[in-house]
Amino acid sequence: MNWARTAAIVFLLVVSAACLLANFIAPAPYAHQFRDEPDAAPSRQHLLGTDDLGRDRFSRVLYGTRVSLLLAPAAALLSSLLAAFIGGIAGFAGGRVERCVMAGTDLFLSLPWLFLLITVRALLPLNVSPIVSVLITFAMLGCLGWAGAARIICADARSLSRSDFILLARASGSNGFRLFWRHLVPNLKPVLYAQFWISVPVFILTEANLGILGLGVAEPLPSWGSLLRELEGFSTISGQAWQLVPLVLFILVVSSFHLVLTKEELAI
Amino acid sequence: MLLRGGIDTLSALPKLVVKILIAVLIGGFLGATLVRFAPGFGIDEEELDSRLSAQSIQALRQTRAEDANIFVFYFHYLSRLLRGDLGISRTLQRPVRQLVAERLPETLKSVAAGMALGWAAGFLLAVAVVMSRAWYLDLLGSLLVGVLLCLPAAVLALLFVLAQAPARLLLGLIIFPKVFRYSRNLLGRSSALPHVLTARAKGLGNMRVLVWHILPTAAPQLLALLGVTVSFAFTAAIPMEALCDMPGIGQLAWKAALGRDVALLVNLTMIVTLVTLMANSASEMMGKTFAASEA
Repeated sequence: MNWARTAAIVFLLVVSAACLLANFIAPAPYAHQFRDEPDAAPSRQHLLGTDDLGRDRFSRVLYGTRVSLLLAPAAALLSSLLAAFIGGIAGFAGGRVERCVMAGTDLFLSLPWLFLLITVRALLPLNVSPIVSVLITFAMLGCLGWAGAARIICADARSLSRSDFILLARASGSNGFRLFWRHLVPNLKPVLYAQFWISVPVFILTEANLGILGLGVAEPLPSWGSLLRELEGFSTISGQAWQLVPLVLFILVVSSFHLVLTKEELAI
Repeated sequence: MLLRGGIDTLSALPKLVVKILIAVLIGGFLGATLVRFAPGFGIDEEELDSRLSAQSIQALRQTRAEDANIFVFYFHYLSRLLRGDLGISRTLQRPVRQLVAERLPETLKSVAAGMALGWAAGFLLAVAVVMSRAWYLDLLGSLLVGVLLCLPAAVLALLFVLAQAPARLLLGLIIFPKVFRYSRNLLGRSSALPHVLTARAKGLGNMRVLVWHILPTAAPQLLALLGVTVSFAFTAAIPMEALCDMPGIGQLAWKAALGRDVALLVNLTMIVTLVTLMANSASEMMGKTFAASEA
């Protein structure tokens, strides 16, 4: 399946480049309203038509994809680092520390993900700017999404800490933080890498769920959640198939993320 | 053998009960903390009633002053919780216990229907793929599962609304890909074990190989998956009930989140956590019993 992986990476690179260049590619700012053209069909000026407020859908897809493609990996990085810190220390320390940390992690894992997210979201201020709301949403995903990865990293750190090279490092006088940082953490990289790529599509899907429920990124800033929310107004009778473009792009991007990891990397 | 498995399970039961109780206790503390520090805590709409005298308002404040001390608040919160008093919903102005009692059965029905459908479709397709070893079936299953795994539950719910399809089936579609993918891998691994290959070589039929050699090896992990899918189903119930207008606890949680009713949300999260913990523990115990009886 190497060809599928290559195609997925190329596709993600193309989409990322298009989104990063949104300021130059997009025909209009994402919040600009063409008040005379609400719900317009695709045309030269509006490649994917306009939404019910007259905003250019193509521009919104570009900017919305940029938000998700930049911030979901950032949230995944945050959760992977938290998992590395918590799971790594637990596995390295072993004994009671490991048991206590893993009991906490198990408790965290038994909390239903979406219930937890909307509870924490409800505690956060709502009267914030769209930029702050997007940062809050993804920071929350990053801060709450570490538990599953921490379990795997803990198991890996435990087996690594019993390996010969760690024993040799200990015998050479290396201990404590130096042993953890210089010898253990670099060897956790493959598992961290896998956890990072697994987390990205999970966070994109979760943001979309929150956005559709009206608990994600605030308008007028577009995100995949708000773009997919437009499907509420979709009608099979009107036959406005272009409204489905964000959904198709979403499926392609998420499935590309699923294909990025090889079977060997997933098995780590 | 089965008796030994049963005895092992019974001896593990107290440990599991203690684990659940500790989880509830810690959950209660965390929940109380969230409620205590939520925006709007300690503010009562009654104070805005112009008919109340200054003394009445002072008396109202006095009753809440005790809860200003966080430890007193913890104690009151937990003692109420142990009595089954989950408080009053700020947005709906009704006891949380009553709201949960009204709505939980609806969600449980949806979860049960979704689990049954998801497991039946996912597991049967996985069995068909593994036993037939037909590449086209595997490809078809993988493609279908690939697409479903890329769709957020909320989008599926919107598509169900558009297609006017029965909403209860939605949870089945969410559980199906997880069950299929995990079962296929598990059954595939079991079917490649030496004793299964020997059984095949000796000419045993597909059904016998499946029932007597593949399933017993995979059963403990499949039972563990059963518990995990309960959690998936409850999580997916939020978008399903919110968007398909079904009066369950998912919709209640969504309304509470929109209304920032933290007390209600915390209680709902705790109830769902308790249900999923019990489901996970039960499936774990069943798996252990099965493994012990097989050993």
